[in-house]
Amino acid sequence: MNALNKRAAGLAIWLLLLGMPYWLDWVGGYTSLGSRVLVLALAAMSLNFLLGFTGVLSFGHAAYFGLGVYGVGLTIKYLVSNTLIGMAVGVTAGTVAAAMIGALIVRLRGIYFAMVTIAFGQVFYFIAYRWNSVTGGDDGLSGWQRLPIDLRFTTVDILGNDKAFYYLVLVSFAVAVAIMAALLRSPFGRTLLAIRENERRARFLGIPVDRHIWLSWVISCLFVSLAGTLYALLNNFADPHDLRWDQSGDFVIMAVLGGMRAFWGPLIGAAIFVVLQDYVSSETTNWMSFIGLFFVLVVLFFPRGVLGILQRRTAP
Amino acid sequence: MTQLLLFNLFNGLVIGAFYALMALGLSLILNLSGIINFAHGGFLAIGGYLAYTLIPHIGFWGALAVAPVLTAGLGLVVERVLIRPLYGRDPLYSLLLTFGLAFILEDGTRYIWGPATLPFAIPGWLSGPLSNTFFFLTGYRMFMVALVVVAVIGLFLILNRTRLGMRIRAGTLDLETVSVLGVNTRILRNLNFGLGIYLAGLAGVLAAGMLGLQPTIGSTLLMPSFVAIIIGGLGSLPGTLLGGLLIGVASGITTVFFPSASEAVIYVIMGLVLLVRPRGLLGEEGRF
Repeated sequence: MNALNKRAAGLAIWLLLLGMPYWLDWVGGYTSLGSRVLVLALAAMSLNFLLGFTGVLSFGHAAYFGLGVYGVGLTIKYLVSNTLIGMAVGVTAGTVAAAMIGALIVRLRGIYFAMVTIAFGQVFYFIAYRWNSVTGGDDGLSGWQRLPIDLRFTTVDILGNDKAFYYLVLVSFAVAVAIMAALLRSPFGRTLLAIRENERRARFLGIPVDRHIWLSWVISCLFVSLAGTLYALLNNFADPHDLRWDQSGDFVIMAVLGGMRAFWGPLIGAAIFVVLQDYVSSETTNWMSFIGLFFVLVVLFFPRGVLGILQRRTAP
Repeated sequence: MTQLLLFNLFNGLVIGAFYALMALGLSLILNLSGIINFAHGGFLAIGGYLAYTLIPHIGFWGALAVAPVLTAGLGLVVERVLIRPLYGRDPLYSLLLTFGLAFILEDGTRYIWGPATLPFAIPGWLSGPLSNTFFFLTGYRMFMVALVVVAVIGLFLILNRTRLGMRIRAGTLDLETVSVLGVNTRILRNLNFGLGIYLAGLAGVLAAGMLGLQPTIGSTLLMPSFVAIIIGGLGSLPGTLLGGLLIGVASGITTVFFPSASEAVIYVIMGLVLLVRPRGLLGEEGRF
């Protein structure tokens, strides 16, 4: 794709997202489905910052997503009735945990790294699952809801107005995605690509590889926990399953399905995944078999993802 | 108090033996083929449920002998059809595939045998306690530990004394050279996968006797097995064994003092091990 085409595609994506609450009803969707796509797309794109652009396989991102979920839920329920402060707490919790765990595991590589991220992801799941009195245990954390945002000159009613909430999600998404895109264009991002392509050579060039991978991991987890806070606000509920390893797998499959070497790939993957999930779970109770089969088929027949295939076709 | 501690210590040892059995199978597959088998828990459940179905026809002992073999057979087919195409590709893909497979197996067992917990009949003489003071020493638990010991000895004998075992160990170190020396590595990986799944099936039958049968039985046992491998050190089977026993005992002891942390404690141990010794207790330097 040449630069002009790329710009046109980017513009088209933003226009589609901006108008989503208005055209979605038309094609049989509903606004909160659009919010869901956007939130999970943000999570998958954040994961892909690490997976697709640094070449590091994490299978435990649900932990930081879930810390965002519980961070915002617990704050609004027990501390302050303020949506934005709740989000700040959720993002901080996820990022701090990621920074600490990242320091422990950053020296590991490949499949070992994947396995350790999976295992560490479970700690927070068990805490949420067992600490009944605070987190509500297996039943999840309910009894709280997102609250209108007071901007001094006006109040945005994200609770009563689905569309207003959608635009809160879209603004968060746009900021996060813009920062990630800018980072990838910067020398730092180019270095990450170099590490992905050939870690040994990058090391020979004097690049502090471990520090770069750690930074990429923390950035990725920061945005995934932002997605987590939005997800909690969307549902007005925190579910311990948001922290579990199945959720991490969902993020990875979204990235792969859309195409993990393409910046916008995970957005497409998330859209397909969420729409399919919405449809299939209303048609059959055997959702698990279906999603399992879906994973298997994507891996065997579709490993490059939608955008991967498109890019290859348009490449000269 | 002492009795409670002893009880939980012993319980932890039994559970640890169990994690070890499962983790050894996972480790075999991981070491030779570089695949994290998420579906291992699914195979474990299949083993238990097959035994449940077989018991009315061939009795407990027959089922104990046959069910793991059938499970291993399923493993061989799965490896041949689904996993073989993924060798040599990014480990991401085999991870996703076995992840999907885990869902299919769990939902499949739920579909065939139902979601409710099924009782699992064990021979009467095994179910009673052996002593009144130490009521927790039931015959079945002793039998389980004994069987795990036998299985582990058997596994190490296969690996150290047979041609197949020798090739598996050699392949773990350098598969390319083994292939150049004229060994069919496709068959080798296939058999190795089957061996790993056999251990999962065996663990499944034993778990069914202790915990009862539920479709989720596999996925609850899977994560601790991962932790056991990481603590023991990737690439080391004795390490995996040690890791399994260690986390079993640790969570047993924690149950006495702080029951709600009994699951979280194994992850704390993992964090400490990674902090002090990133390659795991018995892992070789520089392998991963």
